[in-house]
Amino acid sequence: MGAVVALDSLFNGGRVWKGRPAAPPASVHPTGLAALDAVLPSGGWPEAALSEILVAQQGVGELQLVWPTLARLSAAGERIVLVAPPYTPYPHAWQNAGVDLRQLSVIQADERDALWAAEQCLRSGSCGAVLCWPRKADDRALRRLQVAAETGQTLAFAWRAMGEAINPSPAALRLAVEPHQVRVLKCRGGLAHPAPIALASGH
Amino acid sequence: MRWVCIVFPQLALDGVLRQRPEPEQPLALLAGPPQRRVLQTVNAAARALGLRPGQSLTAAHALTKAFACVEYDPVEIDRCQQLLAAWAYGFSSQVSVFYPRALLFEIESSLGLFGPWPLLEARLREELTDLGFRHRIVAAPNPAAARVLANAYDSLAVADAEGLQQALGPMPIDRVGIDPQAATALSRMGLRTLAQVQALPRHTLARRFDAGLLRHLDALTGQRPLALDFYQPPDRFDLRIELNFDVQSHQALLFPLRRLTGDLAAFLCGRDSGVQRFALHLEHCDAPDSVITVGLLSAEREPSMLFELARGRLEQVLVAAPVHALRLLAEDLPVFVPQRQDLFDERPQQTLPWAQLRERLRARLGDEAVQGLRFHADHRPECAWLPGSDSRVCPPLSPVQRPGWLLNEPTLLAEQGVQILLGPERIESGWWDGADIRRDYYLVRTRAGQQGWAYRTVGDSAGLWLQGWFA
Repeated sequence: MGAVVALDSLFNGGRVWKGRPAAPPASVHPTGLAALDAVLPSGGWPEAALSEILVAQQGVGELQLVWPTLARLSAAGERIVLVAPPYTPYPHAWQNAGVDLRQLSVIQADERDALWAAEQCLRSGSCGAVLCWPRKADDRALRRLQVAAETGQTLAFAWRAMGEAINPSPAALRLAVEPHQVRVLKCRGGLAHPAPIALASGH
Repeated sequence: MRWVCIVFPQLALDGVLRQRPEPEQPLALLAGPPQRRVLQTVNAAARALGLRPGQSLTAAHALTKAFACVEYDPVEIDRCQQLLAAWAYGFSSQVSVFYPRALLFEIESSLGLFGPWPLLEARLREELTDLGFRHRIVAAPNPAAARVLANAYDSLAVADAEGLQQALGPMPIDRVGIDPQAATALSRMGLRTLAQVQALPRHTLARRFDAGLLRHLDALTGQRPLALDFYQPPDRFDLRIELNFDVQSHQALLFPLRRLTGDLAAFLCGRDSGVQRFALHLEHCDAPDSVITVGLLSAEREPSMLFELARGRLEQVLVAAPVHALRLLAEDLPVFVPQRQDLFDERPQQTLPWAQLRERLRARLGDEAVQGLRFHADHRPECAWLPGSDSRVCPPLSPVQRPGWLLNEPTLLAEQGVQILLGPERIESGWWDGADIRRDYYLVRTRAGQQGWAYRTVGDSAGLWLQGWFA
């Protein structure tokens, strides 16, 4: 009997090959970033689920991560709802990123109502993507968002502070965005890719 | 089969019962002068207690005290009939309230839209049950015959003249709408059924009775058309429910509110219009009404949605004084345009359209909470956006670097460690409206790696002001 190795460390290290019954189908929501798509088990954003994007501070490319997706959804006539964004979206930049501004709706609400509004939007199934910035959301609130996203078959994005990375989360995908790179912290249905992925810098 | 007659056997009672949360409780309608109050009608529960129509109130109170009393109000009955006519207007353009406590409407021209008669009849029954009215429905080739047959039958459909004769013939003579005096005279002559009267020579009837009898007999067979004036729906909706006790909680107001919005929806459906703005009046005994205005962005008429919106507004209002009546007033009734829906919708079944979702959000968060965003052609960043949605596609914009987030107020950037990546870009504009700016904009990177958009006012050596993030 040699050294006891924790099963998790074997899995997470990628040293054990796990058989899969079938190859996952191609995602209907590619992120627009080929390197990121390649490491995600679904080949893109998890469908009808909550994706969490953790940022240490503003201005490190956290919007550029979703702009290609929003551009694709708005071109398809889907509605995009921003629930209580921290700042004003600059129409010029969003338009240049390809987002159709006519499909964009901004909801102003305080912290408690923002979660309610996000849940309503997700549950209704009439939006293509719902973006929210919960500041003090606990595990239960996030789980509600996740269930609402499943019910309404809608993409949900939540931006949270990097400090939340140590807390568990019900989100199907967790990404940590740092300047010029993005790391996958958790992805449902596969191993989290350990190496950071370079974020295409716009400048 | 052209005319439908719907008879409401207890219109007055149903009109009162439908406004009460517990219709199973014993209830009696009172009429007569104050000295001698008489029970006009009673519901089934009151009948089980031994109450009968025609009893005096004193006699009824001697039997039991456990029943509620409501004034028998002919005006209220008329209002119920008008509401039902507005509802029926959704099925036919020729609706008449010629007979009391009954509705007549022409249906043959509507069958192409609403399907064959059994389907339409089922739908009429379902909607009437939802509205809370008991009914008997008969279809016949002419309006007078439909009304007479509704006295004796329910869900009878007579297709042609022979069928009509077979149905009408055996009817007793006192039930076919003939003047009571003439009916008594005929029955004393030994003529018990309509067929026996119709078999008599016309000139003998004309000699013994006045002309009204022959006219009525001809109207029944359809040989003589019945002149009806048709119902025209009003341009506004005004309905009031008086509560039988003073109410100070929201919960107790919800049932009458649901009734009001349901009636409004039925009225709107009949007129094929929607409602954009309506007012709820909470009437107080000794204070002016509290008015709650419910505004919508687009015309709607879904009953559950109207109720939910009105409820959302009502719950935000503090009821100051006890409420004794609730009134719903809608004046602005624009044309209703149904939402287009895809045949192959990949969304789940319980999907809520965006318009309804937006109304729900506005009802809770406030009128201005849900906004679109549009580009405004101005070089000044703080003026480059406007709330509200653009109707046209935004033209392609110049590919200059602009941040995704714009700060509400510029903040002073701590100077050390900030690295200038790009710039300056001079923005000088606004001399015409007093908000003149002359700024040099830089793309900067902080020590933590954030990319921001900061400016320095020309001629001012103060630090960099951060105005946006390249997120």
